[in-house]
Amino acid sequence: MSSQQLNIAAPRSGDIDPKYLRQSASSSSNREMFKWVFMRISGPILLVLIFVHLFSNLMVGDGVHGLNFGLVAGKWASPLWQIWDLTMLWLAMIHGTIGVGTIIDDYTSKDRTRVGFKVALYLASVAIIVLGTLVIFTFEPCMTDAAGNLMDNSPSFCFNQ
Amino acid sequence: MTTTFEPTSTTDDAGAVDSFTVTMQVRRYQPEFHEEGYWESWTVEMHGTDRVLDALHKIKWELDGSLTFRRSCAHGICGSDAMRINGVNRLACKVLLKDLDTSKPITVEAIKGLPVEKDMIVDMEPFFQSYREIMPFLIADESQEPTRERLQSAEAREAFDDTTKCILCAACTSSCPVFWTDGQYFGPAAIVNAHRFIFDDRDEGGDMRLEVLNDKEGVWRCRTTFNCTDACPRGIQVTKAIAEVKQAILARNI
Repeated sequence: MSSQQLNIAAPRSGDIDPKYLRQSASSSSNREMFKWVFMRISGPILLVLIFVHLFSNLMVGDGVHGLNFGLVAGKWASPLWQIWDLTMLWLAMIHGTIGVGTIIDDYTSKDRTRVGFKVALYLASVAIIVLGTLVIFTFEPCMTDAAGNLMDNSPSFCFNQ
Repeated sequence: MTTTFEPTSTTDDAGAVDSFTVTMQVRRYQPEFHEEGYWESWTVEMHGTDRVLDALHKIKWELDGSLTFRRSCAHGICGSDAMRINGVNRLACKVLLKDLDTSKPITVEAIKGLPVEKDMIVDMEPFFQSYREIMPFLIADESQEPTRERLQSAEAREAFDDTTKCILCAACTSSCPVFWTDGQYFGPAAIVNAHRFIFDDRDEGGDMRLEVLNDKEGVWRCRTTFNCTDACPRGIQVTKAIAEVKQAILARNI
């Protein structure tokens, strides 16, 4: 055996080209985990919320023919439907925003494009959530026209006042 | 995708292997000569016992020596010759030509998501970097080493038996649509190899590995498309392993 000192640099041991190093985004938060859990939990809840919503609006009573201002106004006079629609609004908007955000991440390659789409997405989501919440809580079911008469299709309880 | 091969009794002598012609359509990338990749086809006479790798060998050895691909053991163990065969990631040494539809050209491409260097050869370094980062080695109490064996029950071993089979061929990671668009994603192979140590009861570095995979580019990128499970030449239930790592991170943090 030769006593010649072998000095071969071990490949890929500590001497890694910086271009291969992960651009580490501070990983100490559980943000991604909570996002994932939120998607898993909100999904099934939304299934129930949405299908009951569709059933009560489109199948019960006159069905799709009874769908008018009065029906919506009547529903929102009840705290149950207020809470129901509020939950549906928030869960659906946050669930959808996370989902669309993922799609944007998938299909944009330039940072500027991605940031642009994300900003537009978040602004739109916040606007819809705020507006929707406002409408659910400040809704005036008994609207009157300029002459003070109740609007057509007003819910029945308006006429009893 | 696969069609069964009907043995035809055209040969009289029993034991003779049927032969047939097959067209191999190969995605070439020769950066010295062409900036872009292009398709090149060869029609070769092959036998019923031949694999895709044998067809590539025949082309390289007899028709065009410039065809470039990796292979070492050629028997499904070293994991060198993962490639995209008819659009799915397979080991060229494990796919028999007769199991494919030989009436149509068989397409062979480099695996996706990693930079192609030449023909079927890709830069595997990003793949191995993710593998390194999950610390694929035993982390155990140093006070007792190496005085005695680290004994383990058969049941404890069973928990991670499936993920010990990985040969790091990158078929799973390069079949993952999330990895295609987000090259920073750790990928199925790194998670499988982390699983192999996280669920090993002799190992004490599980928390560190779970912390690594709780990253923005960690297990939460997985969208359970099952491409990895389908691609794995070792039959590892990759998506299941990823789900188990997700559960472990959840259990640790909640």
